[in-house]
Amino acid sequence: MTDLTESISAPPVGVVGTSHVRLEGREKVTGAARYAADVPFEGLAHGSLVLATVARGRITSIGVDDVLAMPGVLGVIHHGNAPRLNPEAGLLGTGDATLQLLQDDRVPHVGRPVALVVAETAEQARAGADALVVTYEEEEADLVFSADHPGSYTPAAAPEKHKGDVDAELAAAPVVVDQRYTTPQEHHSAMEPHASMARWADGRLEVVDSNQGSFLVSYVLSVLFRLDPGVVRVRAEHVGGGFGSKGIGPQLILAVMATTELKRPVRVALTRRQVFATTGMRAATDQRVRLGADSTGRLRAIDHDTATHTSTIHEFVEFPGEVTNALYAADAIRIRTSLVKVNLPTPTWMRAPGCAPGSFALESAMDELAEAVGVDPVELRLRNEPEVGPISGLPFTSRNLVGCLTEGARRFGWADRDPRPGVRREGRWLLGTGMAAGIYGAGSLPSTAAITAHPDGTFTVGIGAADIGTGARTALVLVAADALEVPTSAIRIDIADSDLGQAWFAGGSRGTSSWTWAITAAATDLREKLADIAHIPADGITGRADTAPLIGALEQRENHAHGAQFAEVAVDPSSGEVRVRRMLGIFAAGRIINPLTTRSQLIGGMTMGISMALHEEGLRDAQFGGQVNGDLAGYHVSAHADIPAIEADWVPDYDPSNPSGVKGVGEVAIVGTAAAVANAVWHATGTRQRSLPISLERILTTTNA
Amino acid sequence: MPPTTRSDISLRVNGETHVLTVDNRTTLLDALRENLGLTGTKKGCDHGQCGACTVLADGRRAVSCLQLAVAAEGSDITTIEGIADGEDLHPVQEAFLELDGYQCGYCTPGQICSAVAVIKEHAAGWPSAATADVRPDAEPVPLDAAEIRERMSGNLCRCGAYTAIVRAVARASDETKVTA
Ligand code: FES
Ligand code: FES
Repeated sequence: MTDLTESISAPPVGVVGTSHVRLEGREKVTGAARYAADVPFEGLAHGSLVLATVARGRITSIGVDDVLAMPGVLGVIHHGNAPRLNPEAGLLGTGDATLQLLQDDRVPHVGRPVALVVAETAEQARAGADALVVTYEEEEADLVFSADHPGSYTPAAAPEKHKGDVDAELAAAPVVVDQRYTTPQEHHSAMEPHASMARWADGRLEVVDSNQGSFLVSYVLSVLFRLDPGVVRVRAEHVGGGFGSKGIGPQLILAVMATTELKRPVRVALTRRQVFATTGMRAATDQRVRLGADSTGRLRAIDHDTATHTSTIHEFVEFPGEVTNALYAADAIRIRTSLVKVNLPTPTWMRAPGCAPGSFALESAMDELAEAVGVDPVELRLRNEPEVGPISGLPFTSRNLVGCLTEGARRFGWADRDPRPGVRREGRWLLGTGMAAGIYGAGSLPSTAAITAHPDGTFTVGIGAADIGTGARTALVLVAADALEVPTSAIRIDIADSDLGQAWFAGGSRGTSSWTWAITAAATDLREKLADIAHIPADGITGRADTAPLIGALEQRENHAHGAQFAEVAVDPSSGEVRVRRMLGIFAAGRIINPLTTRSQLIGGMTMGISMALHEEGLRDAQFGGQVNGDLAGYHVSAHADIPAIEADWVPDYDPSNPSGVKGVGEVAIVGTAAAVANAVWHATGTRQRSLPISLERILTTTNA
Repeated sequence: MPPTTRSDISLRVNGETHVLTVDNRTTLLDALRENLGLTGTKKGCDHGQCGACTVLADGRRAVSCLQLAVAAEGSDITTIEGIADGEDLHPVQEAFLELDGYQCGYCTPGQICSAVAVIKEHAAGWPSAATADVRPDAEPVPLDAAEIRERMSGNLCRCGAYTAIVRAVARASDETKVTA
């Protein structure tokens, strides 16, 4: 036993705010880090998905017998023999029929899983899945989303939101911008395809998964399979990216079905094409933005209408109006959303849902307004800075968009910019610069944590956090070290295990703020307990926290991270090529815990934003609904050669509503990138690009060389 | 199963020879991962489109998902597990670690294997599409950011770590020159 005073009376080390390499870095650079499909299991069987090949209809037969006779095949799970699922299961607590796999003969869209072939080896399972003959009775499908689709309706989840009289202000405004902007279906394309292993062992359902929140996944799985929540254990030690796509994947549900039926550990790893087909996407949007302003550029009205789509089985609403909610002040604001149900897969959250496509529209329109009123785009934004939530009237927790704009403009060299479009040429290239502002919600959600003090002076932090590449593991250790006033070397951390208890998932840019709060609260509890005792027993002393009551007591505030992005592009009007030459993002995102990994995450978001601006477009066959480009050759995501040396930095910001002053950075960094690039393309060429991606053919068909 | 569907092969990986029986359909990638337990090499697409499965075959970069294991007999394969010198990280690994040349880490083994070979290819005078003068007697070009980006473009990183990866490769290439 150690003298307590020794272990906790060290002077404050203050590691938060200093750069630390990732705790798991060595494992990642040596190949030792194990992701879901890397963990070996005794007696492992492999499952391979079979997907529906028709756009809508009914399964009439499944040629199970022929496949069962194939070498190594152990079973075929389909709607005729699959375990019955609870329709009330869903990530948000209400039933999500997207999860109801193999429950009946209905095919709501192409790519819907219709069977799982399980075999001794992955090759045998794949061969069985390829050989499985499924016949269908096809029905007419509704596949094409459009803003004037007769089935459009206003979803209850996104009712009209407004303040003031938008129509009157628009009518009275001397300057009006009224434009339509479109964004395509986009795919998360995390480099690690979704994979899960499930097995029953010692009365528990054990799952090794690739997800963004093991506790939530375990809970929803228990509801889905009608199991006692304590029976399910889900772990996801290392996750190869998520970006919103790694909730409960089809591979997990099918692996659990298979292990339950076949009494073998079963791994199901999606192929890349199956990732495209079955794990959701960002829905396409068609947005109309109307800005009414006085001659100085002060906004009198913002009207933001979005049309978007969901599937016929579950209502997911992409909500671009989110960005208009709190970015600018205006006398009148109106946000409307209309939704169409089509026979396509259910869309889902993708990095900065709502705000990423929404900012393309709003921030492009702001650039058009700057042009119309002859005001510099940075200055235009400064003139419309709100004092309080523009619609809600609530105060901001903290807001330093002004700092982002001014510091960004200074560092980018914006002051020298000639506002005229289409006048800079360098050989075959037309040059231009553009900028955009960004915003994404912040806040904390209830989480639990435990910290155990050991007699040797070390501590173990246990929290159901996820590290999907964010650096969460490392950041949480820094926060714990400061809270306990010990060096980081004294702390061990366990994450990504549902047995660690309830915690918010890595989503909504609310992971770090939620988890750090639980950790600091657990540290407080531990220190109080330690103060009462003289020696730590061999099994340690544990401090615990559940932040639910603390968070419940918070006053309502507008809470957001902010950013401003600046881009310089070169456009070759004869080939249509757009090159981003440099890009700078300045963010106000609360207190920065680990500058090294935060910078990476911000640059990563901007990189995905450039990809969204120039490359990404999920294309579908209008007759059959299938994705035409559902692989990484057809669906191009930015590669090394597409990306310049991106710079990201931050200005002071501190969120007083959580103990560490943290806001999330995962999503705000992609908000505004596409608009900054599009605005720079206009500045280079003189032609507005109102549809993403700004592909070669779009440049060629719209720009005069 | 009829005997013709499986083959006994020997694979030389990270300096060791392994004798194994594989399904003839097994890719080199799956043989490494499933048969030899070398799961550091990742599967991002299985179609030669992402670079996550990059290994070195006789010192040259190869996407292991596009090669059948039975066809890899006779090559000297190096995977991410064989890049470090025991406990001592390779300068490329060191640079990725210190400059944060990754986030989720899933593309990282492929990026690192690729970078190790890129530095050698460049040192051997191989041009790339970014090299302005490709005549055999042209002056050697420095391995600058444009050269690195071009040469590394077969390795996708969805986390968007390219900016840091380029710095890491540049630094490692400088260090390799110093120590070589
Ligand atoms: S897995 Fe081989 S290139 Fe993608
Ligand atoms: S580090 Fe995640 S894909 Fe490259």
